[in-house]
Amino acid sequence: MQRRTLLGTAAAAAVLAGANLAVAQDGPLKVGFIFVGPIGDGGWTYEHNQARLAVEEEFGDKVETVYQESVPEGADAERAMTQMALSGAKLIFTTSFGYMDPTINVAAKFPDVKFEHATGFKRTDNVGTYSARFYEGRAIQGHIAGKLTKTNKIGYIGSYPIPEVIRGINSAYIHAKKANPDVEFNVVWAYTWFDPAKEADAATALIEQGNDVILQHTDSTAPQAAAEKAGNVYTFGQASDMAEFAPMPRVSSIIDNWAPYYIERVRAVMDGTWQSDDTWDGIGAGMVKIGEISSAVPEEVKAEALALKDKIASGEYHPFTGPLKKQDGSDWLAEGETADDGTLLGMNFYVEGLTGDIPN
Amino acid sequence: MDLSVISPAVLLASLMVAATPILLAAIGELVCEKSGVLNLGVEGMMITGAICGFAMAVETGSPLVGFLGAAAGGALLALLFGVLTQLLLANQVASGLALTLFGIGISALIGQGYRGVKPPPTTRLDLGPLSEIPFLGRLLFSHDWVVYFGLALTLGVWLFLRYSRAGLVLRAVGESHDAAHALGYKVVAIRFAAIAFGGACAGLGGAYLSLVRVPQWTDGMTAGAGWIALAIVVFGSWRPGRILLGAYLFGGMTVLQLNLQAAQLPVPVEVLSMSPFVLTIVVLVIMSAGRGRASTAAPAMLGRVFHASS
Amino acid sequence: MIRLEKRPEPSRGWTALTPVLAVVLTMIAGGALFALLGKDPFVAMKTIFWDPILGEYAFYYRGQLLVKAAPLVLIAVGLSLGFRAGVWNIGAEGQYIVGALCGGAVGLAFYPAEGWYIFPLMVVAGALGGWLWAMIPGILKTRFNTNEILVSLLLVYVAEQLLAASALRWLKNPEGQGFPGSRNLAQYPAASNPELIAGTGMHWGVVAAMIAVIFAYVLLNRHMTGFHIRLAGQAPRAARFSGVSPSRLVLFCFSVSGALAGLAGLFELTGPAGQISIDFNVGYGFTAIIVAFLGRLHPVGILLAGLLMALTYIGGEAAQSTLGLPAAAIQAFQGMLLFFLLAVDVLINFRVRFGRAMA
Repeated sequence: MQRRTLLGTAAAAAVLAGANLAVAQDGPLKVGFIFVGPIGDGGWTYEHNQARLAVEEEFGDKVETVYQESVPEGADAERAMTQMALSGAKLIFTTSFGYMDPTINVAAKFPDVKFEHATGFKRTDNVGTYSARFYEGRAIQGHIAGKLTKTNKIGYIGSYPIPEVIRGINSAYIHAKKANPDVEFNVVWAYTWFDPAKEADAATALIEQGNDVILQHTDSTAPQAAAEKAGNVYTFGQASDMAEFAPMPRVSSIIDNWAPYYIERVRAVMDGTWQSDDTWDGIGAGMVKIGEISSAVPEEVKAEALALKDKIASGEYHPFTGPLKKQDGSDWLAEGETADDGTLLGMNFYVEGLTGDIPN
Repeated sequence: MDLSVISPAVLLASLMVAATPILLAAIGELVCEKSGVLNLGVEGMMITGAICGFAMAVETGSPLVGFLGAAAGGALLALLFGVLTQLLLANQVASGLALTLFGIGISALIGQGYRGVKPPPTTRLDLGPLSEIPFLGRLLFSHDWVVYFGLALTLGVWLFLRYSRAGLVLRAVGESHDAAHALGYKVVAIRFAAIAFGGACAGLGGAYLSLVRVPQWTDGMTAGAGWIALAIVVFGSWRPGRILLGAYLFGGMTVLQLNLQAAQLPVPVEVLSMSPFVLTIVVLVIMSAGRGRASTAAPAMLGRVFHASS
Repeated sequence: MIRLEKRPEPSRGWTALTPVLAVVLTMIAGGALFALLGKDPFVAMKTIFWDPILGEYAFYYRGQLLVKAAPLVLIAVGLSLGFRAGVWNIGAEGQYIVGALCGGAVGLAFYPAEGWYIFPLMVVAGALGGWLWAMIPGILKTRFNTNEILVSLLLVYVAEQLLAASALRWLKNPEGQGFPGSRNLAQYPAASNPELIAGTGMHWGVVAAMIAVIFAYVLLNRHMTGFHIRLAGQAPRAARFSGVSPSRLVLFCFSVSGALAGLAGLFELTGPAGQISIDFNVGYGFTAIIVAFLGRLHPVGILLAGLLMALTYIGGEAAQSTLGLPAAAIQAFQGMLLFFLLAVDVLINFRVRFGRAMA
């Protein structure tokens, strides 16, 4: 029904030379982005927006990008996508897990528009999914953290107990443990993606209880500042480089680098070669970048970390390689076996050695 | 689980820091409400203060100038509320909420150029040997100056409301604006001053977040602190001492729950996360249950429109 | 010297004219803001105010206006009763969440059974949930004289924690591959709240909002309880003398506003939103407070105010993506609109006089 109405209005619009539709018909390729936070959040959305700008830079006049920030997940997201599709966007990136069902719903109404949904698992002919293997970066962080800690206590600020975050904790823990068998992880769940004051409090609490390395899976730089104030505490940048806190406390970082993927997909739509698929790239493909390892890290540790990075990038080593057991002592991966993507995607258990319960 | 890792002195010291932004904003709102004006725009004024302070501090390199700018920014936004509610006699509840909406928007607009910038550090006060005293040194003598300023402000407002003539007039305006007007006091002018003071304090609270607690600028960074400040004023039944208590209780619970989590206390996270709110309610119920019906301490004219009919 | 002189009676002309005047003033001030940001103010105003109603995609937006306005109106009508009586329920957001959780839980408990009775049961559970959550501040107020502003506000944060817990464990979709969020109720026919007429945006929540407006209108104008509410707000002492029980009035106001907020949550959950997720609530409960006052606490006014708010949301979103305006500019613009709407209301009850007072 809506398509018929759409065609009707398209004819009317051609007469009226409506600005939007005229552009949509034979101008540049219009690419839409739906962001979950403000582009100034300094983390998740910020990096997606950087990639949007990279797309503009790459294609110049041939693309027009539009975006909407701070779009709540649910009805508002559906409207935002519909609005973009109606006004002529041919490719829409929806950049948060919670947009999954809305993306599928809207995609069903606009079969000619391609959708790319970040971190989801539902696909259709015109909905592809993509995500990044951040856990690869966590492995490197874990290694450095294990080597650097003097108290053998590492603090971890989690947002919500979802597979993405749990995967990161496990990956970091496994590699910290390899580097330093005495290491112990203390996880604090902030129950927010973004609340700088609370993140600062969480970091302070961890530091005061003797954790001298802080990993974070929340987006603000507040934990970095708390660590800087405390002195002698190491941190890692999350989502973006947070280089302003280098060389101490920030000793390295995981950077989300969506630009190559976005450019590739935009090009595919231009060439008419776009197909729905599931992309899950890591360090190797450049979707996950490791920020510069600062001078605060001893040379040999840095060398080990870089070697680990190369091994992961080349595919020679998988961060989840057996033998590994689950927290309850049951077997998970046998010697030499690597975790399959299905298990990783829905990971809801800790590996052996981690203490505390996952709240789920 | 090992609770011995939580040091009481450290915990108390960090709760003082955590409570400071709420305390500053709540004390400002107290003065405003004492004059009979209910300004629900604390969140908007805080975040405006946060960005104004941040921008000023970055531009001048001086945190002190930053805090002054924050106070000015918060007060300016508050004056907008003043014009609406005092001159144009608009509804205070709605105007306050609109102020919050406007403040969050305008602050994000101003802040566009300040993302990812690091502000000049606000140093700890060097109190020399005092901060070396065991326990008390860490607890009382190792903070930045804003923490002490918050305490001094609380004391100052208490003295002002209780002992000064101007404070008496302010309270009179809040209790019965018609009577105060009949006695020849300029109700609107007094309320304007109180509103501006409230805005300035909220601005300071916001700047404490952006310049000291976090310190960085990100959109929406106050994340609801203004609402808590409003609740704390009610919690403190419009008395500075109790507001201090409330801010410390709330800040303390926030810090404590994170500490308990860090110490791996086997209690569901949601229970710990909601504990500051639940505990605040419980304490308020206990406090209010002990008193008779008549003793709602709210200023009688709170939220009422005043128009001097001539 | 400019001064205000109270009119003997509210001006009818200005009652109708002030919203128009406010919109015009907002267009000027907002246009200046947008021009400062380097956007064409005329195009921006057209995108925000004109396009959603009469533009080329209005066939879609008009329905969305109803979707957006329905929860606002439903909640605001409930709140307005309390605000008239001086009962301050600031926590509709929490009641909205708990209503959705209770209703959603009932629906999920039946999954995958089919039956006509499931949705009505969920509606009842949703209203009950909101009512229950509102009864906490209500009872604490009447029993212990605890300030209801504080309790209802803080309970919003508690409700948000319940929501997180529900999305992460209690009501988590067992087939969701470990991700947070419940099953999608909009895709479960017995529990869904679909568009009643395709393409119109009309769902049960919109119907409920209409009924609530009529109900409140009748209550306030034709019913004893409505009279008591107005009396208690305007003259509390007189109300007590005429036999109005303050406690019962407080409980009544909290009951109605809580239940309506719960209903709004349930309808939103089962229709437009679809599933319980960590970020299910988007602030309708708070925005509804503004809507209630913009509508001057009058049911019909609230209906119009809700639609106007919805228009600025939808037009604002469109302006964001078509003109590249930051979300912050839209928020500031909405703030301005509210300022002007509130400010010009003064003309209804007051005359502006120039020169010194005679007396």
